Amino acid sequence: MVELLSYGFMRNALMAGVLVSLACGIIGTLVVLKRMVFISGGVAHTAYGGVGMAFYFGVNPVLGAVVFSLLASFLMGYVQRQTRQRQDTLIGVMWAIGMAIGIIFADLTPGYKADLMSYLFGSILAVTNADLWLMLVIDLLVIGLVIAFYKELQASAFDETFSRVRNLPVDFLYLVLITMIGLVVVMMMRVVGLIMIIALLTVPAAIGSLFLKDMKHIMGLSTVLSLVFTSGGLLISYFFNLTSGATIILFAGGAYLAALVLHRFCRRCPNA
Amino acid sequence: MPQTFQKSSNSSLIEIENLHAGYNGEVVLQDINFTIQEGDFIGLIGPNGGGKTTLLKIILGLLTPKKGRISVMGKLPQDGRQHIGYVPQFADFDSDFPISVRDVVRMGRLSGKRLFKRLNSEDDAIVEDRLDWVDMRDHIDRSLKELSGGQRQRVYIARALATDPKILMLDEPTNSVDYESRTKIYDLLHTINEQGITILMVSHDLNVISSYVKTIGCLNRQMHYHSEKEITAEMFNAAYDCPVELIAHGLPHRVLAEHKEAR
Repeated sequence: MVELLSYGFMRNALMAGVLVSLACGIIGTLVVLKRMVFISGGVAHTAYGGVGMAFYFGVNPVLGAVVFSLLASFLMGYVQRQTRQRQDTLIGVMWAIGMAIGIIFADLTPGYKADLMSYLFGSILAVTNADLWLMLVIDLLVIGLVIAFYKELQASAFDETFSRVRNLPVDFLYLVLITMIGLVVVMMMRVVGLIMIIALLTVPAAIGSLFLKDMKHIMGLSTVLSLVFTSGGLLISYFFNLTSGATIILFAGGAYLAALVLHRFCRRCPNA
Repeated sequence: MPQTFQKSSNSSLIEIENLHAGYNGEVVLQDINFTIQEGDFIGLIGPNGGGKTTLLKIILGLLTPKKGRISVMGKLPQDGRQHIGYVPQFADFDSDFPISVRDVVRMGRLSGKRLFKRLNSEDDAIVEDRLDWVDMRDHIDRSLKELSGGQRQRVYIARALATDPKILMLDEPTNSVDYESRTKIYDLLHTINEQGITILMVSHDLNVISSYVKTIGCLNRQMHYHSEKEITAEMFNAAYDCPVELIAHGLPHRVLAEHKEAR
């Protein structure tokens, strides 16, 4: 066990787990409570278009992913705010188009492309120091923004109309939130891959909201749970020689099922 | 808060002139002229789809009218709405949201002007005081989702009161609330109105409404409002477009017969 930590890639992987869990627990809670799971999935998959294009033009894929996921965030945020109907259709279409763009650009790129797969399925063991620094910056940004706007975010997540009547900057807060989702998606892409981001983003918060009755507490528990899932999944995958991203997600999924069963038989739980 | 209040005072809080509104070419409100006087307790009735919620949205500055003029406290709705304590319709939000009663009422202390400021002890005192008003102080640390429909509605009223409103605006406050809670809520609104807060309430609850409100308006695309408590058969027919049996022999008499002492 201890010799694991002597590997640089393992230390980086565990560190990435910690950094991702912080943002994931906080933003995941807002995503679940504001019912933005589908939008987050859309943003994650559209980001693949950016990864493919970045490969083609020979720039850093993370940069491509950031640009695309922010664009997708704004577009989908706009669609959800403006269009009254068929928003799920539009988001679903953008989701698929983003993936398709990524695949076509990958086709057009000559040479070795195995690395593209790591963005789909994650490669927590390949996290570099530069990735860690980027994650730290995103974490600080997310934590700073959520602390600064906590009461307003809570209010507009709970009752948007009332918040508007109080002249809270509801649209600005929505923009802030969707931007944070875009950034968190990019950092999670390294850990579990964009296909499985929605699970790691939502499962911890979903478990948290089964047992807790306050948004702050759910954010805290979600962070701890993400950390347990990422590092636990990582260790399991290491010992059984499995794909780390998928192992993390299965671990989280198993825990969610267990939590649902536990919650059913728990008489003192708030929603029981 | 003023303890006494003269109905004859001429200050109007909300003024609406020749207002038209609609969505996608469909007319929802037509030539509305409506003035809310300070101290009034208005019950607004009308059929579903008659434009009641649309009118509330316009007053709250959430919807822009097609034509006409509206002022709230002499300002544009977006600026004047800070003086409105709004109690939304029950079904409008997520009843599963994890939030405490305290945090719900604290929302009433938030405003666009206080973005980066923490709420202070004065705010906390106001939150507790308003919960006292609605008799929910004992539940301050409970989760909203543990409460009954009537209790929640009183929490939302406390939240609206926490904004220190000049006008309290309620959209169907007694929907999905049992009979006993209903009476409690109406009694509460009566007390609030006596404290000098003007009330505009949308309701379906015709029989109860008539014994609590001061004036009644009927809205069915057009507004029928005469600053009086009587509903004439004429108003009713105009508002509902059909002579309803129940209304024909129930309501006008009751509206006329009930007096303050009767309660």
